[in-house]
Amino acid sequence: MTLTQHDIDQEIAAEHAAYEKRLADGAPVEHQPRRDYAPYRSSVLRHPKQPPVTIDVSQDPELVELHSPAFGERDITEIDNDLTRQHNGEPIGERITVSGRLLDRDGRPIRGQLVEIWQANSAGRYAHQREQHDAPLDPNFTGVGRTLTDADGQYHFTTVQPGPYPWRQHLNAWRPAHIHFSLFGTAFTQRLVTQMYFPADPLFPYDPIIQSVTDDAARQRLVATYDHNLSVPEFSMGYHWDIVLDGPHATWIEEGR
Amino acid sequence: MTKIDTSRPETVLPTPSHTVGPFYGHALPFPGGEDIAPIGHPDTIAVHGYVYDGAGNPLPDAFVELWGPDPDGNIPRVDGSMRRDGASGGFMGRTGVEFTGWGRSQTDASGHWSARTLRPGARGQSAPYLSVCVFARGLLVHLFTRIYLPGDDAALAADPLLSRVDEARRGTLIATDGGHGTYRFDIRLQGEGETVFLEFQ
Repeated sequence: MTLTQHDIDQEIAAEHAAYEKRLADGAPVEHQPRRDYAPYRSSVLRHPKQPPVTIDVSQDPELVELHSPAFGERDITEIDNDLTRQHNGEPIGERITVSGRLLDRDGRPIRGQLVEIWQANSAGRYAHQREQHDAPLDPNFTGVGRTLTDADGQYHFTTVQPGPYPWRQHLNAWRPAHIHFSLFGTAFTQRLVTQMYFPADPLFPYDPIIQSVTDDAARQRLVATYDHNLSVPEFSMGYHWDIVLDGPHATWIEEGR
Repeated sequence: MTKIDTSRPETVLPTPSHTVGPFYGHALPFPGGEDIAPIGHPDTIAVHGYVYDGAGNPLPDAFVELWGPDPDGNIPRVDGSMRRDGASGGFMGRTGVEFTGWGRSQTDASGHWSARTLRPGARGQSAPYLSVCVFARGLLVHLFTRIYLPGDDAALAADPLLSRVDEARRGTLIATDGGHGTYRFDIRLQGEGETVFLEFQ
């Protein structure tokens, strides 16, 4: 039987209710999705059933996971953060500026670390061989960028507004427009890959991937804010998105250096 | 609301993770990602394996990141893992003489990944290991594990992590010696032989 949006909606509602009940019973707020989230079918066979083994990093300051790989000016070119300038012509679509700060859990900026992004073009098509959606490819848009955060932890990208696109998990499944982000902190424990969304997208309630973050406030943290001060006159719409990396880091090592 | 007010620590809450999805392949893997070891280094090892799901099927849409110290146990601090070429807009590859300690290797159509790196040295109380971070379509939050190398039974027995992992599962953290400096490390996301995954606090 064909899996419908209605089926997925009911599963999403059930997961949300189960989370609300856990909260009401005194369980902690869940800032992260559970890896086992059946409304997103691909998670079903790809999540561990055993609980993770916890490592208390305060017991051993020498753990390699408390350090992070280094990236520098050699790893970035000047136009890597401008996805509209990577081909001979201009990509089609609404130009946007996306900027924000990369922070740790203490609110401190993470400086000089790598931010990688990838996205669909304005028609909702990825420049990826396995992509099956028949929306047009844009010869002037690859949809891949990278940058290093500056001394204030700021990153800055110029790109085009990605389109929403259909996927085949269930009948009439659509992903809200998003940009994928990959981030490094000062410790490998802070590694993060996530997706940034755009304000007030009507597809949010239907999408099991964003809904896998069952906490309402946590889900809102994936949505950028329109920022008129970031909009560039005669050029682009501005979006602000601050990113906070989870995971312990070795503050006490950094300060002693 | 995604402008964080850092003067109010209670508002500094983590950004949730999401899956990498199916379409990272033209964005994240890069030439030389797997060739972490400097060319001709005598302490080079090759690590490789398959990533399996809970039905025992290999994942053609996963990648691993490896991060480890040099053979003396020092943390690499050199950049240049993914050197870019400003003229062509492409990648230059690694220099071949520096060791960044970090690399990225995607699984192929058969679910197999491989990387060449330097044999890690011991740090602190731990037996030598490589840190591994696993990403895949369908995986909503990446998974950390470790690759310990076989051979030094005393060091492995004294390792603070291995010594408290259930005996029946400990082997999932230790690679198999394939000879000639090659080590096999399969990752099972779920089910029988499920790899031990780690959470840091």
